[in-house]
Amino acid sequence: MDVSADTLRSLHRTMLTIRLFEQRVAREFRTGEIPGFVHMYIGEEAVAAGICANLRDDDYVTSTHRGHGHCIAKGCELDAMMAEIYGREDGLCKGRGGSMHIADFSRGMLGANAIVGGGIALATGAGLAATVRGTDQVAVAFFGDGAANQGVLHESLNLAAIWRLPVIYVCENNGFAESTPAAYATSVADVASRAAGYGIPGTIADGRDVLEVLAAARDAVARARAGEGPTLLEVKTYRFMGHFEGDPEKYRDDEERKELTANDALGSLEARILADGHASEADLDALRGEIEAAVDHAVEFARASAFPDPSTIERYVYPEQVAQ
Amino acid sequence: MPELTFAQAVNQALAEELRRDDTVFVIGEDVAEAGTPFKVLAGLVDEFGPERVLDSPISEPGITGLGVGAAVTGMRPVVDIMFGDFLTLVMDQLANQAAKTHYMSGGKLKVPLTLRTTMGATRRSAAQHSQSLHAWVAHVPGLKVVLPSTPADAKGLLKTAIRDDNPVVFIEDKMDYAVKGEVPDGEYTIPFGVADVKREGEDVTIVATSSMVRVALAAAEQLETEGISAEVIDPRTLVPLDRDALIASAEKTGRAIVVDEGHQSYGASAELAAVIAERAFYSLDAPVRRLGAMDVPVPFSPPLEDETVPTPETVAAAARQLCGRT
Repeated sequence: MDVSADTLRSLHRTMLTIRLFEQRVAREFRTGEIPGFVHMYIGEEAVAAGICANLRDDDYVTSTHRGHGHCIAKGCELDAMMAEIYGREDGLCKGRGGSMHIADFSRGMLGANAIVGGGIALATGAGLAATVRGTDQVAVAFFGDGAANQGVLHESLNLAAIWRLPVIYVCENNGFAESTPAAYATSVADVASRAAGYGIPGTIADGRDVLEVLAAARDAVARARAGEGPTLLEVKTYRFMGHFEGDPEKYRDDEERKELTANDALGSLEARILADGHASEADLDALRGEIEAAVDHAVEFARASAFPDPSTIERYVYPEQVAQ
Repeated sequence: MPELTFAQAVNQALAEELRRDDTVFVIGEDVAEAGTPFKVLAGLVDEFGPERVLDSPISEPGITGLGVGAAVTGMRPVVDIMFGDFLTLVMDQLANQAAKTHYMSGGKLKVPLTLRTTMGATRRSAAQHSQSLHAWVAHVPGLKVVLPSTPADAKGLLKTAIRDDNPVVFIEDKMDYAVKGEVPDGEYTIPFGVADVKREGEDVTIVATSSMVRVALAAAEQLETEGISAEVIDPRTLVPLDRDALIASAEKTGRAIVVDEGHQSYGASAELAAVIAERAFYSLDAPVRRLGAMDVPVPFSPPLEDETVPTPETVAAAARQLCGRT
């Protein structure tokens, strides 16, 4: 695929930012500083980066419990993201949502979602709203192979198909629904093949190659913007970490894990950038240093931010809260 | 004031809001040409077209989630869920998505969604088309819940619901659709959280919701002939709830009965009774009574079904008992 050096570098920056942000979240989570639990996106960066590179700020995205990568790729600020993950008042959602519920309307991020498949119908509605308003905005629903077996996906695909909604349904097939293998839980080898049941295109991209994801998403987004309707795009990807941090991962062995990381999309992209002379080792080191500093800053920002005041606990239950 | 049926009042409210605001649209099963099986939406598609009165496939979770997404991105959808029994199908979209989006986003995302659905037994529809499940949604913070009992209230409250930035569950009793009542001319809305005293009285307060207001008023008529003066008060919205009005009425009369068509156990009647018991206790001459639907699946056979819901007779009997007239 013919892509510009700028595009390659931009994809790389997004993927590396996700990687370093996530590694830092995992590290700080282990110290006990981050409340609750976190789901790492490491290994799947090419999906968010390749898809979102085709989107504008006013396009919509719904995300999953494993949503940090989507937020970063859609342009959310690292400081406010980290503060949210730390449960602080300066977080993107003022600490009310946490890791699994980061939302930023200004970036079209309609929210990570802790119900598996929870964002799919929402993205469909965002697509309907764009259609009704007559804009050329599109909506992307990210979901995993686990959500591929939720009924609401099937209803949404049908609704989007009959109304030709500008929605791209992106199945991030990382092979496991928590610990249940997709090969066991899903009736077909390729989730994308289910698109045929709704009369819409179903395409597959290899998540180890961000350029393949980019190209597949470009076609799907162009179709949606042109009013030609939805696409079901399955990206075969791999999560290098457990379902959640602390997952004993008894469902895969060390050999399998080693194989995964050998096919790292981020590593392949860096190799290509170097080989094509779009950047030097020193450039990549400098970029890494720059992103690490930004992540450091985000952690410091989060730590310095106050926890929400308990006296505000009932704020935001209802907009324009009515005395009850 | 003109007389309209409850169904006509709902239809008028929708038409006025569709006319007033381009972002309002109606979506549901058989809403367009069919105008719903209850004919509540009859004619709307002729004026507003099939894009704004949008027939959907039978996909309740899908269209409700779609409504949430459209609401977050600037529309004011009115999702029509034909039977309240189907709330079971949409609970994830309502309880986990619509209700929590504003809170979990720290106020950044708003969900101005109205979900209209129905309640009420005695239509010989059996256990999957007769339930009154308003307590389920009232239990979830973040949802507002409206139970209109008259055509005038239905119109004013539905217009408020559509303009509200919250998700609102608006529940109409199927048995009310043909009931007529005076509806004010011209534009008006009714604020949420304001109870309405439907009949003033001195001896006993009957708090009633939805079609149970008619039951309570019939009971009050009977009681009057027996020298018992009953006050009938309708909260109109369960969330937000006008607690002060219920408490003030109970303090005035010293006796209270709550009549609601949800199943009695763990139901809305329990919450309303508890509000009165907690705050009006020292003014009460008798324990608060609850009258809900029996804790059985609603039976099909008419003689059985009629036994399951409060009636003017059972309400009047409860009032006599509280007043020491048994």
